[in-house]
Amino acid sequence: MAEKNLVLKGVPVSPGIAIGSAFLLHRDELQVEEEEIAGEQVASEVEKFKRAIQQTKEELFGIRRRVARNLGEEQGRIFDVQLLMLDDVMTIDQTITAIQERRRNAEFIFWENLQKAISTIESSDQVFFRERASDIRDLGRRVLHNLLGIKQLTVAGIQSEVVVVSQDLSPTDTAQMHRRNILGFATDMGARTSHAAIMARSLEIPGVVGLKDATLQVKHGETIILDGTKGTMVVAPDKRVLEHYRGEQQKYLQWSSSMAALKDLPAKTLDGYSIQLAANIEFPDEADSALDHGATGIGLYRTEFLYLSRADLPTEEEQYEAYSAIAERMLPDAVTIRTFDLGGDKFSMYLKGQPEANPFLGRRAIRVCLDCPDIFKVQLAAILRASANGNLKILFPMISGVEQLRQAKEIVSQVQEELKARGFSYDAKIPVGVMIEVPSAVMVADSLAREADFFSIGTNDLIQYTLAVDRGNEQVAELFDPFHPGVLKLIQQVVQAGHRASIPVAICGELCAEPLAAMLLLGLGLDEFSMSSISIPQIKKVIRSVTMDEARAVAAHVLEMETSQQIKTYLMEQSRRLYPDFLPVDVV
Amino acid sequence: MIKKTIIVQNKLGLHARPAAMVVGEASRFGSEIHLNKDGLEVNAKSIMGVMMLAAEMGSQIIITANGEDEKLAIQALEILFASKFDEE
Repeated sequence: MAEKNLVLKGVPVSPGIAIGSAFLLHRDELQVEEEEIAGEQVASEVEKFKRAIQQTKEELFGIRRRVARNLGEEQGRIFDVQLLMLDDVMTIDQTITAIQERRRNAEFIFWENLQKAISTIESSDQVFFRERASDIRDLGRRVLHNLLGIKQLTVAGIQSEVVVVSQDLSPTDTAQMHRRNILGFATDMGARTSHAAIMARSLEIPGVVGLKDATLQVKHGETIILDGTKGTMVVAPDKRVLEHYRGEQQKYLQWSSSMAALKDLPAKTLDGYSIQLAANIEFPDEADSALDHGATGIGLYRTEFLYLSRADLPTEEEQYEAYSAIAERMLPDAVTIRTFDLGGDKFSMYLKGQPEANPFLGRRAIRVCLDCPDIFKVQLAAILRASANGNLKILFPMISGVEQLRQAKEIVSQVQEELKARGFSYDAKIPVGVMIEVPSAVMVADSLAREADFFSIGTNDLIQYTLAVDRGNEQVAELFDPFHPGVLKLIQQVVQAGHRASIPVAICGELCAEPLAAMLLLGLGLDEFSMSSISIPQIKKVIRSVTMDEARAVAAHVLEMETSQQIKTYLMEQSRRLYPDFLPVDVV
Repeated sequence: MIKKTIIVQNKLGLHARPAAMVVGEASRFGSEIHLNKDGLEVNAKSIMGVMMLAAEMGSQIIITANGEDEKLAIQALEILFASKFDEE
């Protein structure tokens, strides 16, 4: 095979280096030919169709079970509508009648039938309905494969170790994988929060998304290198490049096993000052990974995934079960549940709204919660009920002023009254916190601190709003700078306001997973860091290598600097001085 | 045959779960039941059909039922739509 050394750039979503052959996951449209069938063959054609439907049902049941087991019942329910369609008069009975009347082959009739439904649904002007069309197409493809007796080139068939390259990955794809054989994920589309990214992190294999046209550049079976730390993919590397990456891979593996050794050691500075290192999670089953990496609590449980990729709203009961499971799993540690942060880049299907020119400045997060109190109350009722089973905290996203906090807290008390009337118990003293991610919240932090039980700084949004930079926009992404002196001063102000009111201040953005920033954040006085589980050991290592006095001195010095470049250079020098054996890893 | 015009009142429209509820309810009756939205007519006992309507909140739907229990069928579906599918 030709050596190309072609380098593709994407978004790094899960660190590490994978070297292996590419498994190209195709989504080609199937070719369906129209064929006339003889009268005596009609019965066997109908039988063939029924068998294919039955086979598809069995496959779907299997997938549904696996998804529910691995990702939770609510994710498993995605497949329920597909299952219903396999019993449908229109999909099944009409196809059978048409095979008999028109004497055409089953796959042709079935596909024609389905296309009609798909094109009607796709012409809807509602995104939500259009998304259902892709579910139907997915189902149709599955049935056709069974009808035509084609073994689907799915990840289920992977026998040797490969790096999966695809346009995108669905829960259906990943649920079928034999995880041992997957070395890494590379996708054309996607962001940090796409399914492929989450799966890569939870399997602890390298992942790069947003590679744009990787599926066109890579041939099935070709050797590729995937660098999940830098976000690159090398197609058909030559010997020299391969050797270089094998060395990097070794270094990474040694480093990560030295990190694993830190798991049960406390996150304490050399002079005995303790810090809470918590995990950010999106699915209940990530609690295990959090504990494996030594997290002492969940600092941010993002609940949007309960609402996304599904047709209806999650019920109180369903949410109660999800929150209880996590609360119990983490006991005696705390779990901070952030109420749904929909809008912005997370598209909600049913909270329908006008298309917005500036979604990040639009109807999202707490604004949606307060706008749709009926949906908000269901979530709060579920969280409160689950608080009887563990140590839960409530966190409101994107609060920009004290009125919003008051309104949200008022709704919490209403729900508490309602639960009392319904005879449910809950933690009456459940801590209610504010996510600080809008600059105005920093300016009024003193007022917020009087009415909140804790603060949690969301650095990603705080940086975006403070520097007025959309980091998804490549033309300005460079300006997205966590070490901008303006950002660091805001963080300092939040900590000071929180501590004046004697409430703890946590930080839960990607910034706190960065080794370079850890000492600085420690010195600024933050009480809790919450990050992706995989980053916890490296941050623990930093904390265990310094004294609080050193960290404070570093922070004080940094706050006097005028440029981010000065700050980064200084922090790099200090890191080399205080923990020289530390292998710096880029932001993960 | 009887006819009845109703308006979809729930916020999310006839998405998957309500669609499944309509099918479940319609299937309890022997009558032939159809839903018609803007000229597109589908079998109310078919999930695929009901989803094809892509009926959002505010859509007008004409229900027709034909058969012995047509009256009961129309009543039952009317109640279901009015309940907003227990959404709120």
